[in-house]
Amino acid sequence: MGDEKERTETLDGTPAAAEAAHRPPTAFLEVRDLRIHFPTDDGLVKSVDGLSFQLERGRTLGIVGESGSGKSVTSLGILGLHNRRNANVSGEIWLDGQEIVGSTPDQVRRLRGRNMAMIFQDPLSSMHPFYTVGNQIIEAYRIHNDVSKQVARKHAIDMLGRVGIPQPDKRVDDYPHHFSGGMRQRAMIAMALSCDPELLIADEPTTALDVTVQAQILDLLRDLQEEFNSAIIMITHDLGVVAELADDILVMYGGRSVEYATVDDLFHRPLHPYTWGLLGSMPRLDRERSERLLPIKGTPPSLINLPSGCAFNPRCAYAELNDGRSETERPELKELEPGHSVACHLPLARRKEIWDNEIRPKL
Amino acid sequence: MSTSEGPVTGPDADRPADDHAVATSTVDVTKEPAPEASRETLLEVTDLRKHFPITSGMLRRQVAAVKAVDDISFSVRKGETLGVVGESGCGKTTTGRMIMRLLEPSAGKIVFEGHDITHMKQRQLRPLRRDIQMIFQDPYSSLNPRHTVGAIVGAPFRLQKVKTEGGIKKAVQEILELVGLNPEHYNRYPHEFSGGQRQRIGVARTLALRPKLIVADEPVSALDVSIQAQVVNLLEDLQDEFGLTYVVIAHDLSVVRHIADRVAVMYLGKIVELADRTSLYESPMHPYTNALLSAVPVPDPDKRKGRERIRLQGDVPSPLNPPPACRFHTRCWKAQEICKTVEPPMVELKPGHQTACHFPENAPAGAAETVAKSAAL
Repeated sequence: MGDEKERTETLDGTPAAAEAAHRPPTAFLEVRDLRIHFPTDDGLVKSVDGLSFQLERGRTLGIVGESGSGKSVTSLGILGLHNRRNANVSGEIWLDGQEIVGSTPDQVRRLRGRNMAMIFQDPLSSMHPFYTVGNQIIEAYRIHNDVSKQVARKHAIDMLGRVGIPQPDKRVDDYPHHFSGGMRQRAMIAMALSCDPELLIADEPTTALDVTVQAQILDLLRDLQEEFNSAIIMITHDLGVVAELADDILVMYGGRSVEYATVDDLFHRPLHPYTWGLLGSMPRLDRERSERLLPIKGTPPSLINLPSGCAFNPRCAYAELNDGRSETERPELKELEPGHSVACHLPLARRKEIWDNEIRPKL
Repeated sequence: MSTSEGPVTGPDADRPADDHAVATSTVDVTKEPAPEASRETLLEVTDLRKHFPITSGMLRRQVAAVKAVDDISFSVRKGETLGVVGESGCGKTTTGRMIMRLLEPSAGKIVFEGHDITHMKQRQLRPLRRDIQMIFQDPYSSLNPRHTVGAIVGAPFRLQKVKTEGGIKKAVQEILELVGLNPEHYNRYPHEFSGGQRQRIGVARTLALRPKLIVADEPVSALDVSIQAQVVNLLEDLQDEFGLTYVVIAHDLSVVRHIADRVAVMYLGKIVELADRTSLYESPMHPYTNALLSAVPVPDPDKRKGRERIRLQGDVPSPLNPPPACRFHTRCWKAQEICKTVEPPMVELKPGHQTACHFPENAPAGAAETVAKSAAL
């Protein structure tokens, strides 16, 4: 541990960075000012640009955003999966006292699988078609645990049973293509959980699944979290899914977080116009059928050429209330109420007024 | 839409003459479905079936069949939207493709505007293509990347040899404007557009020849939430403007509730429930519909605790060898002996609400006898 700290210091030469590195993280997972940029021929793609959040054990953080908002890139960054030759990663990611951005690939590899694991969106393309499901779980388990093949196999069967696969002692020898979509996702979860990770990142884990299967998988994740007390990051575009599962929600737009709040605050007292837009765009089964959806105008921005000022300003219905400030000055994420941070220039009182009088009645 | 007015002269011909017709408050007047009997049937599907053969050996002998669609019947009235929902593999896309006649039905009958189109030849089908059009799911793979927007949207005119006033280019630009695209984008290629804009190009192509029926297969499921709402609103506006009839195939129950007037729920190649939107979502009768509705995640954190959710066990059985009698009995919590032996018939238990179940929920008194009687027939 000691020499790692020193290494981090020498990597980020600036005194401020060194000081920050010395600050002991208070949370189990703490991400500070994470930036992930990809240099391309067309320009610098700022996929994640200054993201900060925290997560405790046993809690679930939902990251919500549209395609290209940087949510998946963030998750790969936490796992240390970006190739340093293609991506510029800066900032800090502290997992249980260990910093990930400044660690060597070997150090991160030891954490990956054992302390943190990932469930991908498409289980068919993220499992190897040539190896049996059992083999793939056994391999992951044996990398981190010095056990015999027999013991590992027993463990794999046990894990498959726990995620609800019938006859796990037989199915362990099946290939991924023998499994249905829902079962593959269960097997994927079994693989991710095989080393009992403390942090589980689920990237759109139910998007490819049917609703009834989605409900099964969400129930399973909830049960497993209770059992293992792991921290979960749930990345999704579906506000319904996060409402079911998350404790806190981070709304991302254009590589930055625009609103960060508890699940109750976000759904009952959202304070960012983009969050309002998302809520108005969704047809809902739990309300009277509205005659008209309230979409957000325009399209998500290009990450190479983000709009100046607030990235959301060209699509925001309330941008002109700021005398052009939204177009020139980028709003910082500010904690307006305990546990509720928003990045918007509009005065808080005005925003509350708009939500109460204009947005909420129409939802 | 009354027939006495003769041909519609303009987009707003049968609208009340106020300028706010598009505004939120007045749309519901035109959207409200007219009394059922007064509407003409546009499409009538009876006992439609599609079995895909599985062959083996050198002689390609048929050894089995995937029963993708198995004896379904429904009708679509002029100006309405029929939603078809179900999970993957239930046969909803196959149904859409058969209506389009992209697939040859194995049995049954499709009648469009009084003409039997079930087994029409390619040559006979060509004029029909003007009247029935399709919107595809994936806006990335359904547009030819080497063609300009003008060529894509103009193709229907050329193929059907339709003469337009002022040339094809003018017609195309009008349509582009109609679907919310810039007419100056005529010479651009699909890759220059975002997903939502591409879907608009797809809609423009579909609209080019002013079809009577549009089959939309998952028209918004590939789009982001904020864009989804834009396209849904566009489809509704176009329906109001041109009196279009839609068959919308989707897996998202909330989208279907928003867009459809009537909804058909499919499970393993069968329609298990067919009803008016309100009736279906407020008092679903088939256990499968109940399970589907209760599985949809609700974007309200307060509801996650109190809600009683029906957990369906296992996966959908293979359509290669579907369970006998009621196909849902293997996963149904209400299943009894009769469900394994007698196939429940589609019975209208309430006006405009049909379901195929021996033990329907939310059913009026005496429903059980009605089902038993029909099953005995």
